[in-house]
Amino acid sequence: MTIIVYLIPVALVLGLLGLGAFIWSIRSGQFDDMQGPAYRILDDDDDTPA
Amino acid sequence: MTSLTSTAPGCPSGMAPAAEKATKTGYAGFVRHVGDENALDLVVRGAKCGGCLSKIEKSVSALPGVTQARLNLSNGQMRVRWKGSLAADRIAQTVADLGYGVAAQAADQGAVNKAREERSLLISMGVAGFAAANIMLLSVSVWAGHGEMGEATRQTLHALSGAIALPVLLFSGRHFFRSAWAALSNGHANMDVPISLALSLAFGVSVFETFRGGEHAYFDAVVMLCFFLLIGRFLDARLRRQAHAAANALAAMQTSAVTRVADNGEAVSVAASDVAAGDHILLAPGERAMVDMRILAGTSDVDESLVTGESIPRTFSPGMVLHAGAINVSAQLRGEALKAVEDSLLSQIGEMLEAGEQRRSAYRRIADRAVSIYVPFVHTTAALACVGWLLLGASLPDALMIAAATLIITCPCALALAAPVAQVVAAGRLFRKGVYLRSGDAFERLAEIDHIVFDKTGTLTLGTPKLNSILIGDRQLEARSQEASRLLSDAARLARASHHPLSRALVSAAGVGAAAENVKEIAGHGLEAELDGMIWRLGSAAWVGAEADGEASGPSLWFSRGDEPEVKFQFTDDIQPGAREALDTLRDQSISLEIVSGDQNASVSALANSLGISDWTGEAKPKDKVAGLEALRTQDAHVLMVGDGLNDAGALSLAHASLAPGAAIDISQSASDAVYGGGMQAIPLILKVARKTRAIMRQNFALAAAYNVIAVPIAVTGNVTPLVAAIAMSLSSIIVTLNAMRLQIGE
Repeated sequence: MTIIVYLIPVALVLGLLGLGAFIWSIRSGQFDDMQGPAYRILDDDDDTPA
Repeated sequence: MTSLTSTAPGCPSGMAPAAEKATKTGYAGFVRHVGDENALDLVVRGAKCGGCLSKIEKSVSALPGVTQARLNLSNGQMRVRWKGSLAADRIAQTVADLGYGVAAQAADQGAVNKAREERSLLISMGVAGFAAANIMLLSVSVWAGHGEMGEATRQTLHALSGAIALPVLLFSGRHFFRSAWAALSNGHANMDVPISLALSLAFGVSVFETFRGGEHAYFDAVVMLCFFLLIGRFLDARLRRQAHAAANALAAMQTSAVTRVADNGEAVSVAASDVAAGDHILLAPGERAMVDMRILAGTSDVDESLVTGESIPRTFSPGMVLHAGAINVSAQLRGEALKAVEDSLLSQIGEMLEAGEQRRSAYRRIADRAVSIYVPFVHTTAALACVGWLLLGASLPDALMIAAATLIITCPCALALAAPVAQVVAAGRLFRKGVYLRSGDAFERLAEIDHIVFDKTGTLTLGTPKLNSILIGDRQLEARSQEASRLLSDAARLARASHHPLSRALVSAAGVGAAAENVKEIAGHGLEAELDGMIWRLGSAAWVGAEADGEASGPSLWFSRGDEPEVKFQFTDDIQPGAREALDTLRDQSISLEIVSGDQNASVSALANSLGISDWTGEAKPKDKVAGLEALRTQDAHVLMVGDGLNDAGALSLAHASLAPGAAIDISQSASDAVYGGGMQAIPLILKVARKTRAIMRQNFALAAAYNVIAVPIAVTGNVTPLVAAIAMSLSSIIVTLNAMRLQIGE
């Protein structure tokens, strides 16, 4: 059972990575517009400035 | 590029009408400097689909020096960054020329704060969700290992859970602690008081149990409680921010430029808010007055329909006072501002709105009523349980444990989700039908409606006159005859030179064609031009020398050429398509109907008769409308006001609930609870959805109460283990959420 000494921290670190990604995505404004990006991907004109 | 781009103005999918052409000035004041770049925030209205998005972003990006142009389709905000000397006005003009409404977005601290609050709630929710999942992982092992797991292992797992729960409690729980503390220091108790108490008590007891090596720790319950409650908080905050953003976008649309005459006689464009009393102002044809002004020079017809509801323009001459909101129709006017913008009629109506808003916020929502019963009940139960067990000889830790379990299990997860989830689902359903809601609690007020007051022009009718018949003497011409269409296209040559609503109606009936040159417009009379060696005139009966027959038959235009017999064009303001069906549906629901309009009695009564509404008032000033609503309020009627004009704004904000059509003036839209597009059939639908939402919310509160009836005895008798608490909490939350989802059924 000593394996849980490693496994629990590993699980927590993986979870924290996910949480970090979630917080980063909120902070960088990825949830600010819930409709636009769905259309933007259909626009295949790539030569305009971002 | 893609087939999505179109050159026609407005939304290529036809989801929103194209905005009127307008000249955009005065944006330079809103430009910010970020590093070596300029930045401008705009509010764009009418952008609904991917075609709009790509059309607007591409056109703006193509301007010289633009480095970034990004439109947020959800809230219509657009951020443009550029280098070099590009004028801000040109950016706005580019968007306006595509057929969208555009306005500068001034820095708004309120909106920034609301967005920050929503974002912090979402992060807190994410943190609590993460912790809940991980602690549950550990808790499940403890529950599964019941009887087999060694005490040391269990204690380690509890300690680990506690270590995860503590930072989460401090971070995610701060929303509740702060609010509870604020309420307590003001001498009130709100929903957050029992929540905070439950969270801290359960955490404290669990820490004690962990040190003692006990079997039950409630760390998972603490964190899960946080998680569920934050979901409700987040949904609520998002709905409120969206409502606030919509109101702000509308307010931004009202800020516009005014042409001021400087001392040296030069005309300068300034922001409306910079105008002071005494300034001299030029008002071009087609422009809307932003301040109340006394006319100094010029004579012109002025369309006051937004101020008074009168659909036919009135002639203004020097010395007369023109109110803000009126649109100049025929010739340039020069006037002296009587008041600053803040003191003008427009702003006074704004104040009326605020007063109405305050009154409305005093409305006691179902959720408020539920909380006022709930809070004392929970506190008393938990305290009684604690005291009872102490009297029965239990130890203090055990008694506290039971009190904590009672608080946790009765804690209002379901209660916190019951209202917001139902409102979000209902708002989403209405949004897909072209109705957008400005306040979440509007559903409860809309559900109580038993009397509807309609405005006439623009609400029950289309608001724009339409050519009805052409008469020579008493002889009516066949609508499609050659003679009629020839007369129409001739008259339209004159009419194309004018902004007068009847001229516009004539032109739209005639279709595309050339405009006559050298057309003179004489305010109050009509148009004149010399064509083919004859004097052509279009205007009032007196203007063409015909015998006036009164206004009984509705608005009309007369047309004459030299000595030929005068021709009379008659106009009507058509009833909105679908209005009759909508009114019939409302009558079936035994809702009483009434018309209150600023228009002349004759035209109001004609409309009322044709729609079968016996209760009507004509020639009502904005004040009369407000007074009428006050009177209805004293009779305990729950009034829904539906109106579109500036003259309705005060009444809209005062009514129990209010609706504005999508074509309404912005201030009326921001005064109402919801804005509907796509005709009057939306009104019965809104009321239906509102009643259903209220029913669902009541059911949800009943479910939450029923849950407590079952859970409290279990908790008080000391039979709640952490496993039972976890199952009970999730189950009740899922049940109210699923119940709210039923609102989507039956679309």
